[in-house]
Amino acid sequence: MALKMVKGSIDRMFDKNLQDLVRGIRNHKEDEAKYISQCIDEIKQELKQDNIAVKANAVCKLTYLQMLGYDISWAAFNIIEVMSASKFTFKRIGYLAASQCFHEGTDVIMLTTNQIRKDLSSPNQYDTGVALTGLSCFVTPDLARDLANDIMTLMSHTKPYIRKKAVLIMYKVFLKYPESLRPAFPRLKEKLEDPDPGVQSAAVNVICELARRNPKNYLSLAPLFFKLMTSSTNNWVLIKIIKLFGALTPLEPRLGKKLIEPLTNLIHSTSAMSLLYECVNTVIAVLISLSSGMPNHSASIQLCVQKLRILIEDSDQNLKYLGLLAMSKILKTHPKSVQSHKDLILQCLDDKDESIRLRALDLLYGMVSKKNLMEIVKKLMIHVDKAEGTTYRDELLTKIIDICSQSNYQYITNFEWYISILVELTRLEGTRHGHLIAAQMLDVAIRVKAIRKFAVSQMAMLLDNAHLIASNTQRNGICEVLYAAAWICGEFSEHLEEANQTLEAMLRPKVTTLPGHIQAVYVQNMVKLYASILQQKEQAGEKEAAQEITQLMIERLPQFVQSADLEVQERASCILQLIKYIQKLQVKEVPVAEEVIALFAGELNPVAPKAQKKVPVPEGLDLDAWINEPPSDSESEDEKPKTIFHEEEQRHSRHRQPEIDEEELARRREARKQEQANNPFYIKSSPSPQKRYQDTPGVEHIPVVQIDLSVPLKVPGMPMSDQYVKLEEERRHKQKLEKDKKKKKQKKEKRGKHHRHNSLHTESEEDIAPAHHVDIITEEMPENALPSDEDDKDPNDPYKALDIDLDKPLADSEKLPVQRHRNVETLKSPDSEVPLVEKKSKKPKKKEKKHKDKERDKGKKKEKEKKVVEEEEEEKKGEDLDFWLSTAPPTALTPQPQSEPGMGTAVVAESQEVKKEEREEQDEEEEDEGKKSSKHKKKKHKKEKEEKSKDKKKSKKKSHHSEEEPLESVQNGTLEDEPLPPMSSYRLLAENPYIKMTYDIQGNLQNDSQVTVSVIFENKSTSFLKSMELNVLDSLNTKMLRPEGSSVHDGIPVPFQLPPGISNEAQFVFTLQSIVMAQKLKGTLSFIVKNDEGSTHEKLDFKLHFSCASYLITTPCYSDAFAKLLESGDLHMSSIKVDGISISFQHLLAKICFHHHFSVVERVDSCASMYSRSIQGHHVCLLVKKGENSVSIDGKCNDSTLLSNLLDEMKETLSKC
Amino acid sequence: MIKAILIFNNHGKPRLSKFYQRYSEDTQQQIIRETFHLVSKRDENVCNFLEGGLLIGGSDNKLIYRHYATLYFVFCVDSSESELGILDLIQVFVETLDKCFENVCELDLIFHVDKVHNILAEMVMGGMVLETNMNEIVTQIDAQNKLEKSEAGLAGAPARAVSAVKNMNLPEIPRNINIGDISIKVPNLPTFK
Repeated sequence: MALKMVKGSIDRMFDKNLQDLVRGIRNHKEDEAKYISQCIDEIKQELKQDNIAVKANAVCKLTYLQMLGYDISWAAFNIIEVMSASKFTFKRIGYLAASQCFHEGTDVIMLTTNQIRKDLSSPNQYDTGVALTGLSCFVTPDLARDLANDIMTLMSHTKPYIRKKAVLIMYKVFLKYPESLRPAFPRLKEKLEDPDPGVQSAAVNVICELARRNPKNYLSLAPLFFKLMTSSTNNWVLIKIIKLFGALTPLEPRLGKKLIEPLTNLIHSTSAMSLLYECVNTVIAVLISLSSGMPNHSASIQLCVQKLRILIEDSDQNLKYLGLLAMSKILKTHPKSVQSHKDLILQCLDDKDESIRLRALDLLYGMVSKKNLMEIVKKLMIHVDKAEGTTYRDELLTKIIDICSQSNYQYITNFEWYISILVELTRLEGTRHGHLIAAQMLDVAIRVKAIRKFAVSQMAMLLDNAHLIASNTQRNGICEVLYAAAWICGEFSEHLEEANQTLEAMLRPKVTTLPGHIQAVYVQNMVKLYASILQQKEQAGEKEAAQEITQLMIERLPQFVQSADLEVQERASCILQLIKYIQKLQVKEVPVAEEVIALFAGELNPVAPKAQKKVPVPEGLDLDAWINEPPSDSESEDEKPKTIFHEEEQRHSRHRQPEIDEEELARRREARKQEQANNPFYIKSSPSPQKRYQDTPGVEHIPVVQIDLSVPLKVPGMPMSDQYVKLEEERRHKQKLEKDKKKKKQKKEKRGKHHRHNSLHTESEEDIAPAHHVDIITEEMPENALPSDEDDKDPNDPYKALDIDLDKPLADSEKLPVQRHRNVETLKSPDSEVPLVEKKSKKPKKKEKKHKDKERDKGKKKEKEKKVVEEEEEEKKGEDLDFWLSTAPPTALTPQPQSEPGMGTAVVAESQEVKKEEREEQDEEEEDEGKKSSKHKKKKHKKEKEEKSKDKKKSKKKSHHSEEEPLESVQNGTLEDEPLPPMSSYRLLAENPYIKMTYDIQGNLQNDSQVTVSVIFENKSTSFLKSMELNVLDSLNTKMLRPEGSSVHDGIPVPFQLPPGISNEAQFVFTLQSIVMAQKLKGTLSFIVKNDEGSTHEKLDFKLHFSCASYLITTPCYSDAFAKLLESGDLHMSSIKVDGISISFQHLLAKICFHHHFSVVERVDSCASMYSRSIQGHHVCLLVKKGENSVSIDGKCNDSTLLSNLLDEMKETLSKC
Repeated sequence: MIKAILIFNNHGKPRLSKFYQRYSEDTQQQIIRETFHLVSKRDENVCNFLEGGLLIGGSDNKLIYRHYATLYFVFCVDSSESELGILDLIQVFVETLDKCFENVCELDLIFHVDKVHNILAEMVMGGMVLETNMNEIVTQIDAQNKLEKSEAGLAGAPARAVSAVKNMNLPEIPRNINIGDISIKVPNLPTFK
């Protein structure tokens, strides 16, 4: 036997092995392909032999050839043969080949199912390992379904080597067979705590990949991961977990709060840069999720930015690159912190490394402002000149255009400058972004009316110098700009000064070398030009000149008629005929200009790209309804649709009638115009309510620097755009001077009231007025366009299928398909293809198999039991999540929002939505403070408030508070179902025809000397309110917290503007010393009202009333603690009695709770004890008793003044009842 | 996820290609060519990250590479991988190769691409990082080699002898293209343990 084997191997030892093949290829450099095809023939011969070793050798060689790009799928069957060899050596070769060339389309792949299953359960761990590795590369949905259960069993294998591979491959299985996710998940989760670090790491890996795609399903694992994060020392695992948290935080801001501290610790402690970097990244993600401008986390931001700066300054280019990458993430939410590192980023633009330069460019995009745009672009232009390699230069070009055009040209103050930048860019050699420049030129010229004259003159110049641009055929890309130039000159030809010259430029023979589509535009626009010249000449009575120009056209047009491009040819011959006709008329001295110009009458407006999509479906139109009934088979089916259709018709006719009405149409049009005029996002051409730049007081009178347009700005040695930078500086300077003068004047004129406001003016971004008034015409949208901007999600996303709720208990139907023996009657079972292979390897298996199956079934049962337990646990954990999240780490360690004194900004504004969340969070924290007792109340109140304020805004709808009240009463210690009337703690602050302010004061738990005043500003007028500034006269005791460096007379700008009918909320922080007395502060809100007529300055005085109740914070208290407090004896006592109370006791308690921030400790019949605490720690205890028609309140408090004031306030509240 | 792992030399000749996503053979070659084109024109001393080749999908992906003597090791990864982590992984990979081949050089990779695949399979599986501990990887590889040897046993001996003879007959195999700087440690990066 042994001899035979030796003989066999001697036979094949002169076969080519892999090394020989490689060597051979290297020796046949000249005729490699020929040599390889020879080898493939040999391999084919080898594959025909029975000897498995020969086959394996052949397959091994094929794998090498595959790497060189040869298709080896024809050998798939042989590969499977080698895979099923009994020797590991061959098996490995087979699986390797399979992993390189098998894919879902490989048809023989289904033959592998049983072989793989056999290998998976092999006693040799390396057989199993190699099968798992191979399978991970070519798993198909069928394989995944059939093998999922086997792999899941392997996840609990005794050898960690197998366990980790089994865990890892599960991800691939999930992708191909999503139904397996839920049954397998409990075990996967279990592996997170596997004793072997490799297995653990694999489990983390898989869950991270899963969670990255559908994070919300994995939130419940957060506590587990948190534990891992704080305990693990494996950097790989840590990085993965930290990345995972980065994906989870946007869904659960509370998680972010919890994370900040351990992450900050890691940042400080770790020496591994990779870990540090990922920590910084996740902290950034946390900050973004918390963001909304709260000044709370500036310390963390500072830390991040500081660390990133270190990275960027590092000599290691990798760190530099990553630092910039992370910086760009911060930029989105905290641009200010990044902007202070402008120097560093500009420096990176000079780096020799292109990747780094590109990253720095990305950052620049977010750093521009009106002030520095010109400067930055100038820098970039220098780089454009210096740049080597077209890729980088093209990138620069696109970035310049991106930067300038971002958010609707927001930062451009001078469009002449921009046009000249664009013109300068046309001088770039070899760029392929000509079309981009062209698009910008067109866009600006169409949308910025005021610039057309200048644009036309520049474009005329371009056309005149077309030979420079088009001369080099290599520079094809840039000639696209001629397309734009020709169109602009034609369309806006009325602005053209030397129309004749331009026309001639367009008729030059050289033009015919341009690409067809450009020539076509030339031809078309020449006629526009011709028309306007004709009109001009006719009006001036220069008949001869008019005829001359016609003659010129007739002479030159034929060159286009001969064009090979169909479009050009067609247009040219059409126009030639037209002009010949005109010539005839001209000879007869018939005036034709008017008629010719009528060809191009009307203005083209830009249409928004999504306009078509947003056309709303008219009411009553059902796009899914049949227009004509499809021929139906049965009568019964027929009837139903008929009635639907009938109804449809009725409805339709109902709507029709008003639409036909002419008057109605006109009325609607008017209404729409009105709406558009009031809509800040719809910017119309004519006197618009939104000439954003116009409204800075006094700007109208500033003489705009007039630029002589006919003379292109050319200063020797200085590119044109630079000139603008200079001019702009001068202009700004002048403007400032002018303004200062104005201010002085105004001061003289109007002393007193307006005095303060004027002194408050600072030179801010907003104040930079553009050189000329610019109307940016927005693209046209259909009427009633749907606002929704549904993101186009890819329906074929493979990860979508894995969006599965994992916390639900498993249903019976969800078990993984288990391989059974065939005599079990499962005809439709997925293994119907199995027999094929079974026949091949026949007898010896069967017994083995039966045995195994039995074993497996036994195992199954146990597993099932286990699973149930796991599930229960899991559910528990899911519920625990809220608890876990709400038990914040010791408050002293977490950076608390308002606890940092002397914080830079005190004003906070955000959208109502975000607000709500924030508040809830705050509540959550307070809750912890008070040991989570019955205290969701505050939250409820808040919500109610929100709703109320919303209700106010829109006309009052049904009150939908009924849902909330029962809850509330429970929390107040009663169980009565009686609904409470809605309450709002927002009180009116001041009101005038323009604006209404309501406010609410909340104590700050973290700071014993601060309260936050939330003011809702509601625009009641039809005008646009902006530049709002709120200021108060500080008293000795109470002061408004102003940004550092501003004086007590400075107001705080309200960080938003108000379009008509909109309301928004801003918060102001006040510091106070004593809280025992109520306080009143006088204040003024100044703002600018902008409407069609212009803008006016308005102000509104108010009195801000800090009641004593506003210093109280609802704090729950247990009855035993309450009793102790009363017994202690160091409280002062006072009492009041109010008569004529008609409301129920429950309502009364609710009122006290809500308006005075108390909580009910205990309630017995018509008697209740209540408790609250002031921000400075005074305890306030109340005993409320209700008589027939009266209420008596006994109060006890550390401070008698505070108590008596509180009781007085309460008396007032109750007497209103 | 790791989308692909490529090794090619200074002239763009592929020495190993492992795609964890299905591409046709032609596309694979195109990707290799494109990647080589992107990577080879970069100076030494620039950063090791490159934003996307056009072929290997989308903006989410990055090329992370290292250049050792005559070879480029390129990993194409998506955003779920840590950039510095992958750089480290490449280092581990190369060090493991160095250990398994005893002073690895390009020729080892040329003639034993199957072995390189086997080593890689112990580190990365289906595009996910399986093991980063070099000792663990080497242990597993050694065990598998042992198994292979025991399987070959008596029958393997003549084949080995012949291959030794073949090698002797070919003096042109130079073993001097040594990867001299193989032991460069990643600056600032303590290796993962």
